[in-house]
Amino acid sequence: MPYLLAACAGRQSALDPQGLQSEQIQQTLFIFLAVAAVVWIAVMIVLALSMLRRKRLADQPLDLHQGFEERTGQIILGLGIVTTVIVLGLSIVSYAGQGTIFAKDEHPLTLKIIGHQWWWEVRYEDDSPHRSFVTANEIRIPTGRPVKVELETADVIHSFWVPSLTGKIDLITGQKNELQFTAKNAGVYRGQCAEFCGLQHAHMAFAVIALPPDEFARWREHENHGASSPTDQLGKQGEALFRARGCALCHNISGTLAGGQLGPDLTHIGNRVTIAAGTLPNRPATLGAWIADSQHIKPGNLMPKMPLQSGELIAIIHYLEQLK
Amino acid sequence: MAAEPRELRDDVLNGLQLSTQLERVWRTPSGFLGALMSVDHKVVGRRYIVTAFVFLLLGGILAILMRIQLAGPEKTFLSADKYNQVFTMHGSTMMFLFAVPVMEAFAVYLVPLMVGTRNIAFPRLNAFSYWMFLFGGCFLWISFALNVGPDVGWFAYVPLSSLQYTPTKRPDVWAQMITFTEVAALAVSVEIVVTVFKQRAPGMTLDRIPLFVWAMLVTSFLVMFAMPSIMVASTSLILDRLVNTRFYDSSSGGHPLLWQHLFWFFGHPEVYIIFIPGTGMVSAILATFARRPVVGYPVVILSLIATGFLSFGLWVHHMFVTGLPQLGAGLFTASSMLIAVPSGLQIFCWLATLWDGRPVYRTPLLFVIGFVVIFVLGGLSGVMVASVPIDTQVHDTYFVVAHFHYVLIGGAVFPLIGAVYYWFPKIAGRMLSERLGRWNFWLAFIGFNVAFFPMHILGLIGMPRRVYTYTADMDWAHLNLLSSGGALIFALSFALLLVNVIYSLRKAELAGDNPWNASTLEWATSSPPPPQNFDRIPVVKHRDPLWADNESLPVVAGLSAERREVLLTSLAEAEPQIREASPEPSIWPLLTAIATTVFFIGSIFTPWAVLWGTPPMAVALIGWFWPTGSKEDEE
Ligand code: HEM
Ligand SMILES: [Cu+2]
Repeated sequence: MPYLLAACAGRQSALDPQGLQSEQIQQTLFIFLAVAAVVWIAVMIVLALSMLRRKRLADQPLDLHQGFEERTGQIILGLGIVTTVIVLGLSIVSYAGQGTIFAKDEHPLTLKIIGHQWWWEVRYEDDSPHRSFVTANEIRIPTGRPVKVELETADVIHSFWVPSLTGKIDLITGQKNELQFTAKNAGVYRGQCAEFCGLQHAHMAFAVIALPPDEFARWREHENHGASSPTDQLGKQGEALFRARGCALCHNISGTLAGGQLGPDLTHIGNRVTIAAGTLPNRPATLGAWIADSQHIKPGNLMPKMPLQSGELIAIIHYLEQLK
Repeated sequence: MAAEPRELRDDVLNGLQLSTQLERVWRTPSGFLGALMSVDHKVVGRRYIVTAFVFLLLGGILAILMRIQLAGPEKTFLSADKYNQVFTMHGSTMMFLFAVPVMEAFAVYLVPLMVGTRNIAFPRLNAFSYWMFLFGGCFLWISFALNVGPDVGWFAYVPLSSLQYTPTKRPDVWAQMITFTEVAALAVSVEIVVTVFKQRAPGMTLDRIPLFVWAMLVTSFLVMFAMPSIMVASTSLILDRLVNTRFYDSSSGGHPLLWQHLFWFFGHPEVYIIFIPGTGMVSAILATFARRPVVGYPVVILSLIATGFLSFGLWVHHMFVTGLPQLGAGLFTASSMLIAVPSGLQIFCWLATLWDGRPVYRTPLLFVIGFVVIFVLGGLSGVMVASVPIDTQVHDTYFVVAHFHYVLIGGAVFPLIGAVYYWFPKIAGRMLSERLGRWNFWLAFIGFNVAFFPMHILGLIGMPRRVYTYTADMDWAHLNLLSSGGALIFALSFALLLVNVIYSLRKAELAGDNPWNASTLEWATSSPPPPQNFDRIPVVKHRDPLWADNESLPVVAGLSAERREVLLTSLAEAEPQIREASPEPSIWPLLTAIATTVFFIGSIFTPWAVLWGTPPMAVALIGWFWPTGSKEDEE
């Protein structure tokens, strides 16, 4: 069974564990799977035998014999006890696994994640405010180090789930939940909101990018700096349009005058893999399509249709592309 | 009749006289108006069954729409908005308008016959219950047709279903429909409990009650304890939305998890409200076709009761990923898995029955065997979901969708289809075609597994549920296509059932009283039964009366032959106590249901409906309960 399933493992899969917790869960899962398979097959064998058994010939329906009733009663009682033992054994296995996956480390890297309809806000907080920054829909973490995510929601209930790294936990209105996990290997792991959260629930994905620790440190250092100003004419024009056309009302770009808080932070959008919470790859064409008519791509999302001329659109795309 | 001072009792009439006389007294008045007035449990039960199956058909069509949308990546067959309405309507229809009502409907039809009485307790309440169910269901579906169908899932979690995040009327429609169907379900439960406790045929002691009746008794208690929780929950939701209370609003002291606790305190037993009647059907069918009583009668009953109790202690396993304290969650793992023990015991009893019996493999038994294969698998995946670590991965994924369809369809729908084949001759007087039946079974069995088994794998490889689309690079396309193909085959099997029913209603061979040579009392009368059920109330001396005393079922005498009367018996020993009048047909249950419907629907739009909506209800209820003299007084 594991082999058959492993062949199907995709990029967002509980069967392709890349973290300490997801490995533990997979182990528990396989133990359960093995027991379940044995029990099911056993029951099926008994079922088949009872159907194949050559039956006494008699036609009075009520031809019971006491011996059978008593013997069978004992067997059934015995099987009931066996079932109880199996169930309690599995409970213990489960509880042990639970202990491992919810173990708390003393010095984790702590991030704050806030769910929005239908995207993710990611805050890297630090004691000194100028070393705190915000990003969206993409979570970079170091490998080998425990990461603690503190989860809140800005609106309805969402659920944070990166199956390759660990199981999910809900983001609940008016409550703070947290989850710890450790990525073993570098790589990009897809995550997706798992609790139905309205119209575009299907398009509320994100990426966890696990980097070797030194690379992560470099990235973090870089993120502390705001956006670099555009150097060319078109870029400068794009920056101005970004404010003039109202984008800045909802989006923040650190180091500029754009300070909106409603939509995802765009400070380093040029570095991101996807846009619109995992909906599209981040390329000039898709970016343009999104800005021109995001309602067409992700109907019902909270970004209005922006009335832009095509020249303006090109300038803005060019500007955003440079935000690295 | 004034000439005859003493009332006419059944002991002075001979067989033919008696049955014509009773038929005259008990029959439903003719004509359209008469049909609306009917309080015969068989008439109401038949309507109930047919209506529930219509909702199965509608819910099934929605399922197919979903499976078409998900058959490949990035399909645009349904928009996001439509898909969300469709899965909400599918879940709500299946749970509230099909699965629970259909089980109650079978009970309404069968329980009075199985315990040997003339009508259900509170027949007018029974009629009222059916109308409420019908109106609630129509209301939901008309809303859906008008594009105001609910779209927040059959769990309708707050705050998504709150006014702030869903400002349309859609969640109100959902919440009111819940209230409708819950009123109906509660009414039927009360009727069943009283019928079983007080109207059993003389001599049907507690240890001679048929297993199906036991199952319905336990189910009725589950309904009575679980449904109030969802009524409180949905009423609070309506109040939050309509008059600005803050039960679920965390910014002013409420909490969204309150909804989940209330919902799942109902929602988990709900699964057993559907499954336990299924087990009752399995026991009935198995005994008849294995040609021996079910092994371990007391074990089965104790398992039913234990399952009922345990089902209330498990709701938290639906909330493992909400951040509850870990130790508590661990304990709920153990208690959730423990329910496997009573379920397992029942399975062992059935296997032993098959082992020792001399099974006749007719269609009903095939469906029972399909049930064992599917349900055991669903139970085992349930054990997995009950484990906290595993649940953190599979919760809200297609693994869970696979699991609960294995349990609901394997545990309830397969026995139910078996039950249709089994009791159709009783209800319709004709047999269903056995040849179509076999095709029906194999298409259902294969189609079901092809549709739902791949979903286990889909869930494990990361597909969340309630997504209206997914991209091609997620590697989910092949399994989804397979699953959709299976769903079509499965749907075809239901089409075949429909064909079989329509064809057999007219053309098939007549059934005769007891075509399967079964042992329980419903087969002691003709098929279909006359309005009075039994000409003379039988006396029960054995758990399987028709097997023990096939030729000469003893009867009691002394009931009135000129009024509707039922015999009340004592709770444990079923000793005759008194004769009691059973209500005449009446239009008032229908009028009360209409008034209640106006009240419920009105209160979606304005709280004032509480004021102007009550007088009509009061009038209708007064009409219903207006004291009428007995016939003797008038004459
Ligand atoms: C032709 C047979 C059926 C098919 C193909 C089918 C398929 C589906 C699918 C694709 C979903 C949506 C999963 C998601 O997006 O989360 C679903 C949900 C559901 N189904 Fe079925 N189903 C069938 C029959 C039934 C039956 C007979 C029942 C109950 C007795 C049932 C109860 C439910 C429930 C409660 C949900 C959850 C709805 C929600 O998430 O709000 N289904 N089904
Ligand atoms: Cu979400």
